[in-house]
Amino acid sequence: MPYTPHTAEDIREMLDVLGLETVDDLFRSLPAAVRPPAGLDLPPSLSEEEVWRVMSNLAALNAGQDELVSFLGGGVYDAAIPAAVDAVVSRSEFLTAYTPYQPEVSQGTLQVIYEWQTFVTRLTGLPVANASMYDGSTALVEGVRMALGRTGRDAVVLPAALNPRHRRVLETNLASEGVTILTAPAAAAGTTDPAALRALLDGRVGAVVIQNPNHLGLIEPVDALAAAARDAGALVVASVNPVSLSLLKTPAEYGAAVATGEAQPFGVPCGWGGPLLGFLSCSDELKRLIPGRVVGRTVDHDGREGYVLTLQTREQHIRREKATSNICSNQGLNMARGTVYLALLGAEGLRELGEANRVRCEALRAILRGIAGVELPFDGPVFNEFVVRLPRPAREFRAFAREQGLLAGIPLDGFAGCGPGDLLVAVTERRTADEIERYGSALRDFLEP
Amino acid sequence: MSHERQGATPARWGADLQTSLFAKGRAGRRATTMPAWRGDDVDTALPAGALRAAPADLPSLSELEVLRHYTLLSNLNHHIERGLYPLGSCTMKYNPRLNEKVAALSGFASLHPEQDEADLQGLLCALKLLQDALCEITGFAACSLQPAAGAHGEYLGMQVIRARHLDRGESGRTEVLIPDSAHGTNPASVVLTGMKPRTLKSGPDGRLDLDALRAAVGPQTAGIMITNPNTLGLFESDIVEVARIVHAAGGLLYMDGANLNAILGKAKPALMGFDVVHLNLHKTFSTPHGGGGPGAGPICVTEELARFLPAPVIREDGGVYRLDACAGECRPSVHAYLGNTGVCLRALTYILRLGGDGLTRVSERAVLNANYLRKRLEGLLTVEHADGTLHEFIATGADWKERFGVRTLDVAKRMLDYGIHAPTIYFPLIVDEAIMIEPTETESKETLDRFVEVVAAIRAEAERDPDLLRSAPHTTPVSRLDEAAAARRPDLSWLGPCNCG
Amino acid sequence: MVASDRKYTKDHEWVLAEGESATVGVTEYAAHELGDVVFLELPEVGTVVAQGEAVGTIETVKSVEDLFSPVGGEVIAVNEAVLDAPETVNQDPLEAGWLFKVRIEDRSEMDELLSADDYDALIGG
Repeated sequence: MPYTPHTAEDIREMLDVLGLETVDDLFRSLPAAVRPPAGLDLPPSLSEEEVWRVMSNLAALNAGQDELVSFLGGGVYDAAIPAAVDAVVSRSEFLTAYTPYQPEVSQGTLQVIYEWQTFVTRLTGLPVANASMYDGSTALVEGVRMALGRTGRDAVVLPAALNPRHRRVLETNLASEGVTILTAPAAAAGTTDPAALRALLDGRVGAVVIQNPNHLGLIEPVDALAAAARDAGALVVASVNPVSLSLLKTPAEYGAAVATGEAQPFGVPCGWGGPLLGFLSCSDELKRLIPGRVVGRTVDHDGREGYVLTLQTREQHIRREKATSNICSNQGLNMARGTVYLALLGAEGLRELGEANRVRCEALRAILRGIAGVELPFDGPVFNEFVVRLPRPAREFRAFAREQGLLAGIPLDGFAGCGPGDLLVAVTERRTADEIERYGSALRDFLEP
Repeated sequence: MSHERQGATPARWGADLQTSLFAKGRAGRRATTMPAWRGDDVDTALPAGALRAAPADLPSLSELEVLRHYTLLSNLNHHIERGLYPLGSCTMKYNPRLNEKVAALSGFASLHPEQDEADLQGLLCALKLLQDALCEITGFAACSLQPAAGAHGEYLGMQVIRARHLDRGESGRTEVLIPDSAHGTNPASVVLTGMKPRTLKSGPDGRLDLDALRAAVGPQTAGIMITNPNTLGLFESDIVEVARIVHAAGGLLYMDGANLNAILGKAKPALMGFDVVHLNLHKTFSTPHGGGGPGAGPICVTEELARFLPAPVIREDGGVYRLDACAGECRPSVHAYLGNTGVCLRALTYILRLGGDGLTRVSERAVLNANYLRKRLEGLLTVEHADGTLHEFIATGADWKERFGVRTLDVAKRMLDYGIHAPTIYFPLIVDEAIMIEPTETESKETLDRFVEVVAAIRAEAERDPDLLRSAPHTTPVSRLDEAAAARRPDLSWLGPCNCG
Repeated sequence: MVASDRKYTKDHEWVLAEGESATVGVTEYAAHELGDVVFLELPEVGTVVAQGEAVGTIETVKSVEDLFSPVGGEVIAVNEAVLDAPETVNQDPLEAGWLFKVRIEDRSEMDELLSADDYDALIGG
């Protein structure tokens, strides 16, 4: 029997202390009707070696971004994870520790959270951050809730080029709260049209979401969009790729009240989309509305500096039905990954990371511009992701490229006015010059008559 | 500090506090560097208006400095491989290392969620195996792995219930009944779905009061949220009748599966009459707590409710797996992708390792351990509702408060000095000075016996020198922290400039 | 024996009538039972409140309690100092720890409040 220490003797001794005959006597309070007559119809237990074989065989049937060359993005990216990150988070002290409700024996976890919070404030420019959220989509939902809660209004404007997965999660959540969702259309350039946004803003709109870069990879006119929101008394909720914050204007700089996003590229494996690492930061004014866990620095009775979970009365276990969120946890270990990753990166490393993404992205764009029949439909600046328009269906190219070991991109057909030839391509620091050349060759071969 | 403490004696924790990472570092120090670009030169300039005015001020350390910082921080944590964590309702069992090895396999970890099904056959098979296993364990027909935490599963479960009522034109069903012993996430999850929680007072025996229930159900009833075994650790023996009452009124039953560790293989939620259950993979199914996450809160539902689950749905046909996007159907979405896949793979590994027979033994031994511990604590701690104890039990510190003038909080803090994490305290709210204890099945009789010795020692201290408890802990890296100051004047991030050293 | 110059509510608030208005705070008993107050949400000046309406909250590290208006009327003043230094409520709940003032709409509502003797009995004094 794996993982339990009980010998037959142990069990006998314990039952004797209880004055019971068998273990079954302990389950008297379960009525017959709820008991499965034949126990669980699952295969019998396997040894560790056997389980390892089953699972490694299943893993071997998959082909991921270590064996295929990936140009996939759309919110989650093929980023390099330093070995030191895995080394730290595989320590039992971080891996198996519980939520730090007893701070005196959890200073390790608490300080890591405080450091994560600090990293997020420095990246986004907003002064208050929490201990992380499930993912970028749920972080965005919470950000919108905060903005609507603060303004007392019940409508939110989303950009047409918002990540469609984030949009679906927003729709599920906000529909139940009686919130109206409006969409600001994109201009021909693929970015949100500030004039069209202004036209939508009335006294009902309490939140304007800006995604930067947007789902087409384009850098948005954030100042103009934020100004429109401000003039209408709405708060800006930003959804940003944190890698882009190595170079791009911070949410604080364009007056966002809340900044959210998906921090998976900071040391978290893609893992087929989970677990991920949502982040959220906000202005000082909104700090008592921030959902999730927050760690604060304080002193102990002997004057030593230490850390505690704080502002806990916002949380559902105290506010119960008056809580504005039901989130009870953070992404703990993934947040620790992110913290160690950023600690290893440092200021110079962050700048280099941004540049590494930029140069590889522009290198591929330059190659693609040179291929007859291929278009880059949007001229505006991008960070590390962009749309390529092919004269033949993007799905066909994707299949063709896959045969050559390339994951070519995400088909955009049906999204924000895109057509069947449109593909979203991401280029991260993991891509080499050779791999980028290969992409170009594959596309040329595909398009050959 | 690396071996389990022998005997009931407090011993000093030999680890040093660390300055903030942001106070360490020197400009120019490097750890991670990027691979050099070996291709042609390209123009990477961006318009000035798009750029941040100043780079983020982050600390610059060498790789060894970073590793030392986090290694030394880790020494300040209690964790399962150090000692007991008898937290009621958290199920702090051993987190098998095999789970980690499996989840780290490149064939799982490196998958991008936008890849084609053809690249995912092994993964989809694994996830379907997990779904099927969870359905077998709970007795239900369909499962969604999308929720990323227990509270997230509650939220999705409530959305499913609401969707089903709306689908039948019963929009007036907006009330969800919740026992007063419930965890705070329960009413919060209800409110977020636009429904109204209504509290049901528990009966004197700590279980649901059927008369109160009968009086409360009606055409406004969307459903009831029940934890079973409940938060007092007791099985709701009348659950079949409860289900009949709620169903007869047109409502549905939701089970909070936080306490499933008590009943694996012994009882199935579907047989109890529930319609939806959420599971906590990081409790019952051994995935690690990670200092607060990531967990996973999948839900299992009846056949009738399957069509209200998120898309895509994993389908299998002749050994080939595909993702059915359920196009044209209006399905909820609570996560960008299909949930915490890495956590699900760990849970599957655990289920395969244990098998049906092993999972049943898990509950038997969890319940045996809890009862043994409860029995041995007789005379030391007053246990509420001792009859019917399953995998956890609640003691009240009210009599210690009266006799010795020490509160449950003080007892909990003194336990830390003995190398044991305190149990869950002050929950559920309906027990005064509550102490909720759940040893789990992975603890040995010796560990439980030592816990009893520690409680006896603390009790003797409470009698002799109550101030020792009131000012505890004494041997941990920090003593009690000023939480009022932390809440009054929040200091939530390091403000000084980096790399000044 | 609690201060006899004022009236009380069953929610452990004191009410001091001063001409047209009533000043409201929490009692010593409440401050002691709550423990360290860390945060307060008070109504905005100008808000019209009803008797018994929840108009704010008082928070400790581990709890949030509603504050109620003991009489109906317009909120004419709020103690800003206590918002910045919530510990004042613990240190001096009856004077410096006052919370807000209401211009009394209907004087008869004051008669419905508990007398000092009644409140004393309530808290078992």
